Amino acid sequence: MASLFSDFLGIKSPNPFWLASAPPTDKKINVLRAFEAGWGGVVWKTLGPQIKNVSSRYSAVDYGGKRIMGLNNIELISDRPLELNLREIREVLREFPDRAMVVSLMADNTREAWHELIAKTEDTGAHGIELNFGCPHGMSERGMGSSVGQNPEIAKMIVEWVMEKATITVITKLTPNVHSVVPTAKAVLEAGTNALSLINTIQSITGVDLDTLEVRPNVGGQSAYGGYCGPAVKPIALKMLHSLSKNEVFAHTPISGIGGVSDWKDAAEFLLLGASNVQVCTAAMKYGFRIVEDMTTGLSHWMDEKGFSSLEEVIGLSVKKVTDWEKLDLNFHITARIDQNKCIHCGLCYITCEDASHQSINLAKGQPYNTYTIKEDECVGCNLCKIVCPVDSCITMVEKRVGDEFLTWPEFQRRGLPLNDH
Amino acid sequence: MQNFADIHPPFETTDSALTEANRCLFCYDAPCMKSCPTHIDVPMFIKQIATDNVMGSAKTIFDSNIMGAGCAKVCPVEKLCEGACVYNLMEETPIHIAKLQRYATEKAMDHHWKLYTREPSKNAKVAIVGAGPAGLSCAHRLSLKGIDITIYERESKGGGLMTYGVAGYKVTPEFCQQEVDYITSIGGIEIKYNITLGRDISLDELQEQFDAVFLGFGVGIARSLGIKGEDAMGVVDAISFIYDIRTKNLADISVGDKVTVIGLGMTAIDAATQSKRLGAKEVTILYRRTENEKPCTQEEMDIARLDGCNFIFLASPKEILTEDGKLTHLICEKMELGSPDASGRRAPVATGQTFTVETDMVIKAAGQMPFESLINSQHIAHKDGRIIVHPDGSTNITGVFAGGDAVNGGREVVDAVEAGKKAAAGILSYLKIIA
Repeated sequence: MASLFSDFLGIKSPNPFWLASAPPTDKKINVLRAFEAGWGGVVWKTLGPQIKNVSSRYSAVDYGGKRIMGLNNIELISDRPLELNLREIREVLREFPDRAMVVSLMADNTREAWHELIAKTEDTGAHGIELNFGCPHGMSERGMGSSVGQNPEIAKMIVEWVMEKATITVITKLTPNVHSVVPTAKAVLEAGTNALSLINTIQSITGVDLDTLEVRPNVGGQSAYGGYCGPAVKPIALKMLHSLSKNEVFAHTPISGIGGVSDWKDAAEFLLLGASNVQVCTAAMKYGFRIVEDMTTGLSHWMDEKGFSSLEEVIGLSVKKVTDWEKLDLNFHITARIDQNKCIHCGLCYITCEDASHQSINLAKGQPYNTYTIKEDECVGCNLCKIVCPVDSCITMVEKRVGDEFLTWPEFQRRGLPLNDH
Repeated sequence: MQNFADIHPPFETTDSALTEANRCLFCYDAPCMKSCPTHIDVPMFIKQIATDNVMGSAKTIFDSNIMGAGCAKVCPVEKLCEGACVYNLMEETPIHIAKLQRYATEKAMDHHWKLYTREPSKNAKVAIVGAGPAGLSCAHRLSLKGIDITIYERESKGGGLMTYGVAGYKVTPEFCQQEVDYITSIGGIEIKYNITLGRDISLDELQEQFDAVFLGFGVGIARSLGIKGEDAMGVVDAISFIYDIRTKNLADISVGDKVTVIGLGMTAIDAATQSKRLGAKEVTILYRRTENEKPCTQEEMDIARLDGCNFIFLASPKEILTEDGKLTHLICEKMELGSPDASGRRAPVATGQTFTVETDMVIKAAGQMPFESLINSQHIAHKDGRIIVHPDGSTNITGVFAGGDAVNGGREVVDAVEAGKKAAAGILSYLKIIA
């Protein structure tokens, strides 16, 4: 049985599933329930200056009849008194000493404010601090949150203040609301952060009510840009994670992966692309804490099946499987194959190839079932038919190299080889 | 009345309709669409439900089938759209197409959505005989193009067999009336009730008064058994039996204790289940072939079974025994399956062996009789009483078109709607109006 034990720069947890800093980690009652359900750790909802929240706070994007493809929120950091949060953190630590307790922090932009907040936090016995440089709504209008993360200079300055004071592990959480997360990541690393986490939420508007013409989330007829998260943002998060994990500069900096982790498969992907653990929020907000049971057992069974005994063996394994486009092999070629025994004749492969790809599927009319076959000479191997096919393994992509050697685009150009014959 | 409540209840909530609509794969050149005689663009109307475009959905349905609401309730979808759904090939439950179709069309009817605007009158007049599915479908198509329509209907209500010939748990007379009203709300369609062709008005007169005529008068009572004792008290035909159920108080309908239904089509099932639900102690369905050759759908068969009806296969009625003119027994002949007939099914062959069934009511439901003498009297070319038409619906008489059961001998409502549509196109072309 594979071990899910996680050691994130000395912060130990029985599994790599932490709840991200968010509403589910705002109170003792929630966090106790989470730990009872089996979560490995939490990042306590951000402590900082006293704030007030609005109503409503969340809105979602549904897709294809399923709720919450993406979730958006305009809730700010914890609106509870600092002392209450600190007392509850202490109490939880006493009850669950084996779980990771990291506390998210956001202070006014002064050295004193940060030092004071860090001192109070460390006094609880928490294992780590996560710097919230990512919140893209409300706090950013006050010069905090993502407005820090978007400015490498300011981010660096604040991390320097933090590192002057902090004695426990410091994780800097990055905002995705930038053209690249690398400059800020480098800046905070230079300033001494111990670890990174990403992504925070993405600025968004989830939609417009077509009856009232009001925008979601709606606060008395007005909306504000909210932070977007959930399954929809996972691919963006994976890319941003990879942009760090592929870079030698971050080779010794653990990264906590966040962004649309909804099940063990998502978690495995984050680990494979270089995250040391994952943080989850939206999935728990949709289903409650009980989902962790599937996350832990699913990841564990997958690791067993693949022969991995510990997380360390998994972390980063797929990082090198992403490269620059121009280092890809032009001679690699695949073509689609339709298994006629599995085909249900829905025609989705045909119409999508016909309208949106390369007209590479034959249609033989039938009553009522048409027969679809691949025109192998026309197929460019784009995957679209396989992607839209509703039947598992009905369409497979078969390798048919067009040349033996590994041929990149620069080499192709250098040799002056002929372009496609269209 | 509970026995006659809706057997296919609608979606209770928008959520349940959306859940089902979202299950649809949106197939291309969809098998369901190709299996619908009216070629409703099923994936499109379901997609439109899924996107809250219910008005667009209803329009998609009605564009192909103006009786889409009724068909959603009476179509044998298991043999048509739902039977062809690709989910069947994945061993998954097919999309509940009829239920979704009902969802969209009922909303349209309940809210009186005005989905069609009639073109200005073209000063052309068409007479239609029969306000059933074929006639209404033809009328709507023609009126849309600005043709003025007069429908002559023998009964006092429109809807044809929808109104008079279908089991009560499928459609109510109120629904049928609502559907007729909705279809004719386009305007330009006048229905003259209680007028029978050949009695109150002749085809010659119609030809004189109108620019074209469409005959959609359907078929008549059940085919006679041609056996001794058939005129005994207690022997009824299924069409009249169901007609009575549809038009009279249920308390006034007499039903036997031991009912025998001859035939295994949809009407036979309707007659059997309605008898049982009216209080018959025993209902037995007699069929010449085996269950494999049955003309009704499996679903219909299951309804009859669940209602407790018995089945005797490979048996044909031979003689009716009476006492004081009243039916007491039915002598049946055992059959066996021979070689396939024109329908492709193995034909029943008499064995000479007989057995006797005790019964006090025989309901004849082995097909219906065309109005052969009417057709003859109007000099319309026919084969065995079925009017012969060209692909455009035209008959041997110039300017006279026909469609529906009067042509096909008795098929589904949806087939009649399609025939009415086709004939409308034929008439527009005949009148030199672009369809």
